[in-house]
Amino acid sequence: MNDELIIGDTELKSRLFIGTGKYSSDSLIPKILEKSKCEVVTVALRRIDLSSKENNILNYIPKDTKLLPNTSGARNADEAIRIARLAKASGCGNWIKIEIISDNKYLLPDGYETIKATEILASEGFIVLPYVSPDLMVARSLVNAGASAVMPLGSPIGSNRGIKTRELIKILIEEIPLPIIVDAGIGKPSDACEAMEMGASACLLNTAIATSKNPILMAEAFGKAVEAGRKAYLAGLGNKSYTANASSPLTGFLNK
Amino acid sequence: MSFYDIYSRYKDFDIDSFYNNISDKDIELILQKDILNEIDFLMLLSPKAENFLEPIALKANSLTIQHFGKTILLYTPMYLANYCTNQCLYCGFNTKNDIKRKQMSLEEVEAEAKYISSKGIKHILILTGDAKDISSVEYINSCVNILKKYFNSISIEIFPLNEDEYSKLIKSGVDSLTIYQETYNEYIYDKVHLKGPKKDYRYRLDAPERACKSYINSVNIGALLGLDYWRKEAFFTGLHANYLQNKYPHVEVSISTPRIRPHVGDFSPYHIVSDKNIVQFIVALRLFLPRCGVTISTRESENFRNNILPLGVTKMSTDSNTSVGGHTNKQNQTNQFNICDTRNVEKMMEDIKTLGYQPILKNWDII
Repeated sequence: MNDELIIGDTELKSRLFIGTGKYSSDSLIPKILEKSKCEVVTVALRRIDLSSKENNILNYIPKDTKLLPNTSGARNADEAIRIARLAKASGCGNWIKIEIISDNKYLLPDGYETIKATEILASEGFIVLPYVSPDLMVARSLVNAGASAVMPLGSPIGSNRGIKTRELIKILIEEIPLPIIVDAGIGKPSDACEAMEMGASACLLNTAIATSKNPILMAEAFGKAVEAGRKAYLAGLGNKSYTANASSPLTGFLNK
Repeated sequence: MSFYDIYSRYKDFDIDSFYNNISDKDIELILQKDILNEIDFLMLLSPKAENFLEPIALKANSLTIQHFGKTILLYTPMYLANYCTNQCLYCGFNTKNDIKRKQMSLEEVEAEAKYISSKGIKHILILTGDAKDISSVEYINSCVNILKKYFNSISIEIFPLNEDEYSKLIKSGVDSLTIYQETYNEYIYDKVHLKGPKKDYRYRLDAPERACKSYINSVNIGALLGLDYWRKEAFFTGLHANYLQNKYPHVEVSISTPRIRPHVGDFSPYHIVSDKNIVQFIVALRLFLPRCGVTISTRESENFRNNILPLGVTKMSTDSNTSVGGHTNKQNQTNQFNICDTRNVEKMMEDIKTLGYQPILKNWDII
C-alpha cells in the first residue's frame, strides 16, 4: 500500500523528521539518517557556516535528504523573514521551518508573529512549515496564510515530556486540511508512536536522539516507532471501553 | 523595579548563621526537586552542600546535556583600547599604572579582524577600558561596522551605556553584552573603585537591564571572584541572572565565573577562591537556572577547563590575548591580566572533540 506524505510538491516515504543540534559531533548525522530512514532534516541557519569547508554542517547531510532550514534565533516576523531569505539565497532550498521564539525560558512560539511571517514567505514561494502551539485558530490562520504544514508542539522544546498537548493536537488533526507534524517534546519512541497513532502526519525531534547515550541506536528505534504508529493508525485502532467486553458474552445464550 | 531591589533584600543577610542551620536532609530534598527557588540555590552554595558535590554535578551534567547538548561555543576577545579613567585596584588598566596606552586605528582593527577570522573564529568579543571620550560610542560603532564583515557575532565588553547608546550599537550589529559587576557587595565595590565613573554602583548594576530593554540578544554577567566571600557573589550573580531571565524572556542570559588573575599592580584577592568553589558555583547554578549559559575564559588553566567542561559550561574563549591589538602585534604590549590557558583555536577544537563534545564556531548570524 502506498502511503506517501506529500508536502509542497515533494513525496516523502519516511514520516520522521530529525533536528541536527546538540550532537557531540556532526559526523554522527549520516549514520543517524541511514538508521532512522529519515528524509527531512532541519538545520538552524544560524549554525550553518557556508564559508567554512571543515565546519559546515551541510557537509554531513546527504544530497538526497530534504533540507529544512529553520529560523531559530528569530524573535519576531521580520527576523524570521530575513533568515528565510538568507537561507534561500545561500542555496538551502525553498523549504523553511518558521520558529519565532521570544521566550527563552519555555521556548514557546509566538503565534501572531508566525502567522505574519508565514503569509509573507508563502507569497514569495517558500514551502512554509510553521512551529506553533497547538491552537486551532492559529492553525486556521496558517492555512489561510499559505502554510504547507502545521507543526504543533507536544511539550516544550528539549523537555522530553511527551505529548502533553494531546487533546489539542487531536483537534488540529481533525480540523486542519494540512499535514500535522508533531514537533518538540517527543522524548521516547513510544511518544512518537503515540503521535502517529493519533493520526499525525509526521514527527520532528532532536533532543531525544542527540542526547541519548547511543544516538544511532535511538534513531533506529524512533524510525521504527514512527512506522509502527503510522501502520496502527492506518489499520484503525479498536474502540476503548471502561468495562470488559468478553469474547463469549454471558448473556449470549439468550439469542440462541 | 531594578535588580537593586532584590539585592537590597539580601545584602545584609547573615549567611553564616543561615548556613549553620542547614542539614544534609535539606540538600537531599533539593536534589529531588525539578524547580529550585532562591533559598534552594543559596543552600546548594553552602559548605554543607560540598558533601554532595558529586550528585549535584551529575544532575548538572544531565541538565546541561538536555538543554545545550554536547556542544561548546568558542569565541575570542579583541582589545580595541586600554585608555581608562578609573582607578580599580584589581585591574591592569588602572590610570595609576604606568603602562603603554593605545587605541587601535580602524585600519589596525581591520587587520586584527582579518587575522583572527582567518583562524576560523566567528564570534568576537570586543573590549575597551573606561574612557568614553577616547573610546567613544562612535568609535566603537565604526569598529563594529568593520568587524561585521569578518564575524557572525559581535559582543561588547565596554563601559556601561545608556539605553540609546546600546540601541545604536545593537542596530549596527552588536548582539551580545558582557558586563561584570566585579563585586555585588556595595561596600567593597566602593572600596576597590577609588576614582572614576565606575564608582557609580547602580549605573553599572543596571547596565545589563538597559541592554535588555534595548532588545539585545544576549547578556553575560558575573562577579570578579576574590573581592568578597565567593558564596555571596555566586548567590547574587545567580539572582541577577534569574531576574533578567524572568523579566526579559527574549534575552539569552549567561554568567561567567572569573577569578582575579596576576596583572600589572600589586593587588591581592581579599578571598581565595579554589577550583572546588568554582565547581560548586557552576553546578549549583545549573540546577537553579537550567537554561543559563556558563562561560569559562582562558583565565583558567587548560587542565581545569577540560575537567569542568561537562559540569555546566556552554561557552569558552580560546586563543586569547588581553593586550590592545595583541593578536597581530605581540611586542611591547601590556596585558590587562595574564591568561592561563594558551591553547590556539585548532588545539582547543581538537581537545573539545577528544572530550566527546562538539566545538561550535558559529551559532549566530548578524541579520
